[in-house]
This record gives sequence, C-alpha cells and structure tokens, in this order.
Amino acid sequence: MTMLRNLGHWWLGIMARMGRSLIFLVQILFGMHELLLRHPREVVMQLYSVGVLSLLIILVSGLNVGMVLGLQMYNTLVDFGAEAALGPVVALSLVRELGPVVAGLLFAGRAGSALTAEIGLMKATEQLAGMEMMAVDPIRRVVAPRLLAGIISMPLLAAIFSAVGIWGAYFVGVGLLGVDEGAFWSQMQAQIDWRDDVLNGVIKSIVFGVVVTWIAVYEGFDSVPTTEGVSRATTRTVVAASLSVLALDFLLTAMMFNK
Amino acid sequence: MSEIDASRAALPSLVSIRDLKFGYGGRKIFDGVDVEIKRGQVTTIMGPSGTGKTTLLRLIGGQIKPQSGEVVVDGRHVPKLSRQGLYDLRRRIGLLFQTGALFTGLSVYDNVAFPLREHTRLPEKLIRNIVLMKLEAVGLRGARDLMPAELSGGMARRVALARTIVLDPMMIMYDEPFTGQDPITVGVIMKLIRQLNDTLGLTSIVISHDVQEASSISDYLYVLSGGKVVGEGAPDAMKTNESPWVRQFMQGAPDGPVPFHYPADPIDDDLFGMVTA
Amino acid sequence: MNKTTILETGVGLFVVLGLAALFMLAMKMSNFATYSSKDGYTVTARFEEIGGLKVQAPVNAGGVRVGRVTGIDYDEKRYQAKVTMQIDGRYKAFPTDTTAAIYTAGLLGEKYIGLEPGGETEYLKNGSEIRLTQSALVMERVLGQFLFNKAQEKFPN
Repeated sequence: MTMLRNLGHWWLGIMARMGRSLIFLVQILFGMHELLLRHPREVVMQLYSVGVLSLLIILVSGLNVGMVLGLQMYNTLVDFGAEAALGPVVALSLVRELGPVVAGLLFAGRAGSALTAEIGLMKATEQLAGMEMMAVDPIRRVVAPRLLAGIISMPLLAAIFSAVGIWGAYFVGVGLLGVDEGAFWSQMQAQIDWRDDVLNGVIKSIVFGVVVTWIAVYEGFDSVPTTEGVSRATTRTVVAASLSVLALDFLLTAMMFNK
Repeated sequence: MSEIDASRAALPSLVSIRDLKFGYGGRKIFDGVDVEIKRGQVTTIMGPSGTGKTTLLRLIGGQIKPQSGEVVVDGRHVPKLSRQGLYDLRRRIGLLFQTGALFTGLSVYDNVAFPLREHTRLPEKLIRNIVLMKLEAVGLRGARDLMPAELSGGMARRVALARTIVLDPMMIMYDEPFTGQDPITVGVIMKLIRQLNDTLGLTSIVISHDVQEASSISDYLYVLSGGKVVGEGAPDAMKTNESPWVRQFMQGAPDGPVPFHYPADPIDDDLFGMVTA
Repeated sequence: MNKTTILETGVGLFVVLGLAALFMLAMKMSNFATYSSKDGYTVTARFEEIGGLKVQAPVNAGGVRVGRVTGIDYDEKRYQAKVTMQIDGRYKAFPTDTTAAIYTAGLLGEKYIGLEPGGETEYLKNGSEIRLTQSALVMERVLGQFLFNKAQEKFPN
C-alpha cells in the first residue's frame, strides 16, 4: 500500500517537473526576440563559455574515438579482405551515431553541468531575485542567451567531433595500416548520403542541443538555492541530460533510418 | 502621544499594508498585519528571527502574492498589477539584499551600470558619469575595477547600494543591512541610509533586529511577532512602551512573551515519563 | 589583447571550425558534391527481378557513375518492376538500344545498374524507356538452377 503510494507520489512529482519545465521553455522562447534585438552580445559571451570551452574535450575525444574505430574496424574488415570499406564504415558510425551521441554526452557533462551550477549559484546568492527586483526578467536576461548558445553550439561541436574522428581513422587506417587512400575517400563518398546520413546527424545533434541545454538551465533555475541544492541539481542535469540523449537517439534513429 | 499620532496621520503614505494574511503551506507568517510607511521617512521593521520580515519586503516588491489583504504602493495595488505594471513599479523601488546580490561575473563598475544599460538608452559617456557619481556617494569610486569576489562584505553592500540608487528610486528597502558587519561598517551604512534618505528625498524601509542602530536612524518603528504587529511608534516612545512584547525585544530579554523554549512536553514527562506502547 | 577580444576571437574561431567541419562532411565525406543535377534527364526500365536494388543506387556506364536510381515501382499490369533513374545532363548520348542490367558490387556489395550502349543513332531522352534489360541474379535461383542442371546430367531421363 505504502509502496503504491510512494510510486504514485514519485510519478506525480516527475509529471509536475515536466510540466513546469515545459512552461519554462515556452517562457524562454517568448523572450527570444527581445534578447536578439537588445543583447546579441550576450549570446556571443555565452557561445564562448558553452561552445569554445567545450572545444578541447570534443577535439580530443573525437580524435581518440576515430582512431580506435579505425583500428578496430580494420582488424575486423581485413579478415574479409574488405579493408577498403574502412572509410565508409567509420564515417557512417561517426556521422550517424557516435558524433551526435558522444558529443551530446560530453556536452551534457561539460557545458550542461556548468550551466546548471552557474544559474543555481546565481539563484542561491540572490542575483536572480535581485535582477527581478531591478525589473529585469532573469529568464530573458540570463537563461535565454544560454539556451540559444547551447542550441547553436551543439551541432557545430558534433560536426567537429565527426570530422576530427574521420581524420583520426584516416591517420590510423591510411597512415599506419596501409589502407589505400583513394579507396578510403572514394568509398566513403559513394556510400555516405548527405541527406540521409549527414543531414540526419545534424538534426539529431540540434535536438540533443535543445534538450541538454533546456534540462541544464531548467535544473539551475529550479534548484533549491543552497550549496547542497545546487550540487544536487548539477548531478541531476548530467544524469537526466545523458539519459535523454540516449533515449532520444534511439527514437530518432528509429524514425530516420527505418526504411 | 495623540499629538504625535495626529501629525503622523497627516503625512502622506507611500506604502499601506492592511490586514495582510500570508502563509506557506499550513504555516501562517502574517495574520492580519497593518503597516503604514510615510513618505520621506526612515521606517524600521523589527522582530525576532523567523517572523517573516524579509517576506514582507518581497510582498511589497510583488515577488509573492498575499492570500488576502491589501498592499498598496504609491497608490497601486501590488498584487493586482500586471507583469508590466509590476516591472514599472520595481524600476522605482530599490531593494538591498542581505548579501548585496552583486553579479559575480561583472566588475563593480558594470554592476552599478547594469540597471542603466537595461532600462535606458543613455550614451556610454553619460552612464560613466552617473556610475562614478553614485560610487562616489558610497565612497567607492576608487574600487570601480574590482570584481565582487575581491570586495569585503561591507564594501559589497555599499556597491549594491550604489546600484540600487543608480536609477534614482523613490523608495529603498534594506534587508538586514547591519547583520554580520564590523562596527565601522555598521556606522558607515547607518550614515548612508540616513544621508541618502534625506538628500535624495527618498523613503526608506529598514528590516533589522539590531535595536540600537535601528532606533538611532529611524523616524518610526514597527515590532512584529507571531504574525502580528505587537508595537509601533517613534523610537523614543518605543523605549518606554509598556507592552511586554516590545519591552522584551527592545531590552533583549531572553525570556518573556517570546518564550526561551520551543514548545515541548513538560521536561519531567520527556525525561522520566513512562513510555507506554 | 583584452579579455573581450580574446573571447570574441575564440567564438569566431569556434564558429569557423564548426562550419568547416560541416562543409567537410558534406563535400569530402559524402555525395553532396555529386548529388547536384536537377539538370539531368529521366529514363525508365522494366525488370523481371531487381534483387536488392534500392533508391539512390548508382547507375554506371563502363564503371563510371553517370546517374542514380530515383524511383522503384511495381507495374501490376505487366507484373514487372519499373525503375526510374536520373542520368546526369552531361551524358547525352546513350543510344536507344542501350542495355540496362542489375549487377552486384563485389560478392556481398550493393546492387547497381550498369548501362551498356548499343549501336543506334538516336539517343535516349527525358521520359524514354530502356527496352533491353537484364534482371538481377538472385542467388537462390542461380543455385537452384545449377543443382537442377547437375541432377539432369546425372540422371538423364
């Protein structure tokens, strides 16, 4: 009986949170035009802390994932004498899946947690309340530019991840293992469709960008304004955003590549 | 007494709170509070911790809405204002937070310039003049390039004060301005509150439980306890007030109408009573 | 360089890098560059069996890609598969008696259409149909036929 009640309580809590976060998103979107007209520089500032500061981890991880993929796929393909297919195999896995997903997970860990912590601390130190008392809407002034910067950054980061990864596989495959360079690129070009593969990957990464940043700013704004509350909200952001990326990836893959 | 009351009644009110009721969940914070803030005066609202003094400021600023009762500021019913109306009103009210609430990412100069940049389209040169003037008024013109993390608590409060007056408000509300400050800083802040109020023609509301400091700068005092106003009057009159509540508070007696003990079962029962299942 | 300059330069660099990566994915790593061609013409061909041919599959002539498959349909009147393909505009001179055959790239590779030009002097144009076709080889049928023939050799009746 109590278990059933707890389950109900938990479920209602989740539903209420989702409702609140949806209202929150609508509020942000309604303030977007004002932001773009009055504070375009604020978006640039946030692009720096959300995008540029995530660049290093994306570059390093992309290169690493690409090199490992190149090595592993080569070992498998060479048994079938199909090592010329290394290019398309690596590129397909990166462009369709690993690029958006791994970049999304890294983005949730690097930028998402930072956003939640920053907004949560602004709330805990009464900066948001102070802004409100100065007749400045913190949703428009603080949250909206961060959300927009996240949505812009994510597809760029995912594209960088994929491109760097393919170069990593190229170094390993062509440079070290002796796959034919011409075959590597031409097979890739022949196999990868810009609309089915590249464009769908970009769409995925935009969706991940929206969801991860949305969760991050909501958790920050909704956090309990204490040190403990902010640290909890940060953890929740990373967990919820990562799980959302994985779940959405499955959904989107099923919708896009299910022919 | 009645003479003072009569002359006070003649002064125009800037803030009128009537029969205010407010609570979180089941807990009542205010249970029928009446407060009048007169124009041009420094009014202090005192009371033991946990009596919702800060909540009162948030009600005046319209950040939260009362369950019933009226909050009228400058002739406008705050709970009934639209979002736009509320923002228009807030532009003319300054609230100084306990911590100062400076924006940690901005320098002292940018902090003070923030409201101007948000609400006006003044050229940067004019903004600079205004900002430096306001910083001069709190004595921190030299600290303009520091970041908030480099300021002491007292300095942070003074910068926040400069930011509060930068739009020339009609009223400033101070939330516990003396708490946790050294005696010199307390002296500086007391001087600033009184001086700004008189030279800029403001109305000030101070939330405090520091009896001495509050009495010396205020024109009028309110004492809140248990969700009600338990005493009000000019500082001198309050010192001789006969109400046991007011007396306990003004003299800082540990026990009285506000009990020392949190409500509990009699101690004998608790320590030696039989536990019966 | 002050702080704002560094910050803005960083953002500029980031955006350039991101767009360059997208550009590379499109141009160097996918078929975007060869995708083009609204300037082509469409021809159709009917096959008894198309095997695993898919839309977007390449159309080759002499091993060179000259177009791609744009549509696959089933003709219920003739009980045949109808394949629509788009040929790039720069290849104008395929004779009307060109043969279209479905091949497999490698043993397990993708299906593609190979064109073999004939000798007519008139050329295929938009909307033409290639009449000479050769269906895809389906492994089960080939094996079945092979076994059947072997059996007949051994036990001629």
